[in-house]
Amino acid sequence: MALFGLVAVAVAFVAWRVNSVLVYDWDWSRVLGFVARFDAETGAWVSNLLLQGLFTTIRLAFWGTILAAIIGLIVGYWRTCDTLALRIISRTYVELIRNIPPLVFIFIFYFFISSQLFPALGLDSIDRDSPWVDNALFRMAFGEPALFTNFLSGLICLALFEAAYITEIVRAGIQSIDRGQWEAGRAIGLSRFNLLRDIIFPQAIRKILPPLAGQFITLIKDSAIISLISVQELTFLASEVAATTSRVFETWILVAAMYFALCYLFAHVFARLERRASRSRR
Amino acid sequence: MPSTPLVEISGLSKWYEDFSALHDISLTVAEGEKVVICGPSGSGKSTLIRCINQLEEHQQGTIRVAGQEVRPGMKGIEAIRREVGMVFQGFNLFPHMTVLDNLTLGPIRNRGMDRAAARKLAMEYLDKVRIAEQADKYPPQLSGGQQQRVAIARALCMQPRVMLFDEPTSALDPEMIAGVLDVMEGLARDGMTMIVVTHEMGFARRVADRVVFMDEGEIVEIAPPEQFFNAPRTERAKLFLGQLLAH
Repeated sequence: MALFGLVAVAVAFVAWRVNSVLVYDWDWSRVLGFVARFDAETGAWVSNLLLQGLFTTIRLAFWGTILAAIIGLIVGYWRTCDTLALRIISRTYVELIRNIPPLVFIFIFYFFISSQLFPALGLDSIDRDSPWVDNALFRMAFGEPALFTNFLSGLICLALFEAAYITEIVRAGIQSIDRGQWEAGRAIGLSRFNLLRDIIFPQAIRKILPPLAGQFITLIKDSAIISLISVQELTFLASEVAATTSRVFETWILVAAMYFALCYLFAHVFARLERRASRSRR
Repeated sequence: MPSTPLVEISGLSKWYEDFSALHDISLTVAEGEKVVICGPSGSGKSTLIRCINQLEEHQQGTIRVAGQEVRPGMKGIEAIRREVGMVFQGFNLFPHMTVLDNLTLGPIRNRGMDRAAARKLAMEYLDKVRIAEQADKYPPQLSGGQQQRVAIARALCMQPRVMLFDEPTSALDPEMIAGVLDVMEGLARDGMTMIVVTHEMGFARRVADRVVFMDEGEIVEIAPPEQFFNAPRTERAKLFLGQLLAH
């Protein structure tokens, strides 16, 4: 209670300072207009920049989590496996990313992806009007086809960055499993793949769910960084809205609330997963 | 007694850096034979039986299981492991799976058995170790003795030709030991080939065809149990037995 009281006092103080020192007129109407607007032509409410940005951030969070989890699982296993080459590669990857600021990594890597990787894969010449790309499902999953390569490069940067941390969590999880579990699996003649799939990973993942959840929430928050390579997610569009409306406080408070809601929801989902995992284990 | 050799070990040596764990071990176990391996801790008993299914790799010598040579890092080791069941001191059941799933995993994955057949087989073996009513529980819900019996059933489910026991009762409370030994003796009566590392000398007397005494990575003495316990030939065996009886 004391803590909440302290926060309330702090918020009141800041509001008072803003009001009295900056002589700030609060005006939420223009900012809220950028969340959703009434389209007179179709006679319906449509999402505007901020909501579109939120959707892009949700897409980034969704695909980024999946991609980072897959990379983290594979490279995390490499960190523990017997093959020296894989151990060196995975260690290098982790150390490289953990010791460079995310922003710097993303500036460098964005150049590599957009100018080298995508042309090599032919992704930059994707036909935006083909029925494969220009449909409702694609829009829901990846956003505007015109922005797809931009979205994808941001996504890959983000996932690669977060995956380095997930790699270390996975490694710790695998190494926490008792040696006897490996031996018992080998003794009943399981192949290495089956041993990992049926015995090691299921137990490791239960153990690492809490730090994994934390890392996924960090991923959502870190997604704001890729606004700097012009991926049109929430932070990028919010800074545009703030600039156009010059309603700086309103815009960022609203955006903060959106991020909070998203992360809080995510944490909730994970807490439920955790409870289910611990129940089945008894 | 049947005399087809099932496990043939000859000239086996293993070392870590400059520590010699096993030195020039030769031992042949015939089909249906029960061999008990005993010796002071650190004498290499566990290491020896763990070489048979390659949980440990050896550096020298040959091991054959059912005529097939077992080599470190070999491809197809899974095919040999299905002939060699193993029971560990610490049970090593899979805690995230039910007892039944613990048993069916090997037959389904290694023998390619379908789920229904594997379940039927698993229930037969659970019945045999007298624990069928616990099939749907998770291992941590069972007592140590029950867990070890499940572990025995899990190994049997692979329908191995030889069973290795690595100090199966050492981690158990005294009142749990009898139940596990009963199951093992039943198995022996059914004619299973068994190699047992244990300090249970009563079990060795009742069940073993031969007792192998190891010390400092070497086989010191091999003798029938009566002879070994009543009239050991070597000083080291006498010393060891004296220490066992002392407490």
